[in-house]
Amino acid sequence: MSNNKEAWGSRVGLILAMAGNAVGLGNFLRFPVQAIQNGGGAFIIPYLVCFLLMGIPLLYVEWSMGRFGGKNGHHSTPFILDSMDKRKFWKYIGVFGIFTNLAVAAYYCYLESWTLSWVWHSVTGSFSGQTQAEVASFFGSYISLETLEPIVFWLICLVLNTWILSRGLSGGVEKVAKIGMPLLLIFGAILAFIAVTLKAGEHGAINDGTMGLNFLWTPDFSTIWTPKVWLAAAGQIFFTLSIGMGSIQCYASYVRSKDDIALNAMGAGWMNGFVEIVLGSAIIIPIAVGYLGIDTVVEMTKNGGLGLGFKTLPYLFDQFGGALGIMCGVLWFGLLFFAGITSSLAMGTPCMGFLQDEFGWKREKAAWAFGATVLLLGLPTVLFFNYGVFDEYDYWAGTVSLVVFALFEIILFAWVFGMDKGWKEITTGADMKVPVVFKYIIKFVTPLMLAWVFISSLPGIWSQIKNEAIDKQILAATDPAVIEQLKTQLLYVNISRVGLLLVWLAVAYLVYVAYKKRIKEGRFTS
Amino acid sequence: MNSSALTMMLVTEITVACITIYFFYKILKTPPKKEPDSFSENDAEK
Repeated sequence: MSNNKEAWGSRVGLILAMAGNAVGLGNFLRFPVQAIQNGGGAFIIPYLVCFLLMGIPLLYVEWSMGRFGGKNGHHSTPFILDSMDKRKFWKYIGVFGIFTNLAVAAYYCYLESWTLSWVWHSVTGSFSGQTQAEVASFFGSYISLETLEPIVFWLICLVLNTWILSRGLSGGVEKVAKIGMPLLLIFGAILAFIAVTLKAGEHGAINDGTMGLNFLWTPDFSTIWTPKVWLAAAGQIFFTLSIGMGSIQCYASYVRSKDDIALNAMGAGWMNGFVEIVLGSAIIIPIAVGYLGIDTVVEMTKNGGLGLGFKTLPYLFDQFGGALGIMCGVLWFGLLFFAGITSSLAMGTPCMGFLQDEFGWKREKAAWAFGATVLLLGLPTVLFFNYGVFDEYDYWAGTVSLVVFALFEIILFAWVFGMDKGWKEITTGADMKVPVVFKYIIKFVTPLMLAWVFISSLPGIWSQIKNEAIDKQILAATDPAVIEQLKTQLLYVNISRVGLLLVWLAVAYLVYVAYKKRIKEGRFTS
Repeated sequence: MNSSALTMMLVTEITVACITIYFFYKILKTPPKKEPDSFSENDAEK
């Protein structure tokens, strides 16, 4: 029998935890870079359209699926999906809702540990007086594991996550969200104010901070009909809302059937939008453009926002000088840490819910099992970061799996479970009037959009499977040492891919065992 | 900032901020449902 007696402490706590699940490092590092690369201010139009036609519908669907599953004591997607249709295979589709969380947590906790480490180095003044190249070189040494420090911070981060998870929903996850989310907003607001009021000539800046805002928000409407821009917007909505992961369903499964989910979903979803659009756009780009100019920032963001956030910003904060520089470093990496930990905690709960529901494990045991699994799965991303293992996990678990799972769940919800029943699930107990147009959007528009995103991704997936990017690099390389390094990278990438497949199969096997156990015990299955 | 960037930024940010505040205000103002509800903190207040 299940040992799962979890409950949320308060409604605000639930919404902050759900918003914390959505708000991640991508809100501050990915969104502004996507905007720059896809039409500047005009990017917001496809972004908001995708939010309305794909993000909000999927939030409604995932919240209501979670609450529906919770009625029957299911707190993870395999048996939530199983309870929605008689066909047996849905529980194996639900495997994605556990697999994705495990695999993403495996590399995400490492990323989260960088923020903790960078807070530490900001406080101790490690970046003080360093050149931009030296700060970038520090990052290179860090990920190359030249000292044991990255491992130590990673382990601290893992233990912290596991310990908080072992304290339960209201005693751990919710408490962190109640502290972390307000602090994140305060830190973000202070940094945004400093960035936007940055003046050319002050603290060595060459441009006003508003030049960065101008650069980011100037709309290039010629891009608006480009499929690439719409695909980027749809992808950003996926990343930012944490949809297609299974964590929203898990959090919502602890909401009783008469309680609201519609207004809660909107509160959490729009809060994430506020953090991303208002705060996310006002920090990294204004500061970077203020010091480096537009051309350099364009060049630097070609490889994403991670380098700008970790390799460049510490140097720029140091230009502020003294206490202000240290304070900005602590606020920036502290903000990223809170954004990270509220997301990684959400990744732990579906796995714990599954173990508690299906195998009767106690919460503490389930939390430590999750921590140990993430340690095991995350080790290759830490040890072989330079060989592309981290990126490989991110691609398959953090990108492809989300789209695949979301596509299946919207088909299940709208077409198999049935939109009439589904609409009743969404609106039951609702503290707001859900516009009826969403009934039709969920049934027709969202599945088509998801299918379009998936089909458009297929060439990229095929190219990734064939390792075309690495093959091209090998063909272009002339230095034997570089060729050897790339061949080793190819090997590690292939091994990690097989490893991820084995993880999916192992979770599927556990679901099979749980299903057999349910039948033996005469417990509910579809 | 040029006028198109400023307009784009202000319209978007004010809209998003207002919608967020509206939903949060509604959440905070909506009275809790009858017990037993989903939340444990108000259980002792019954």
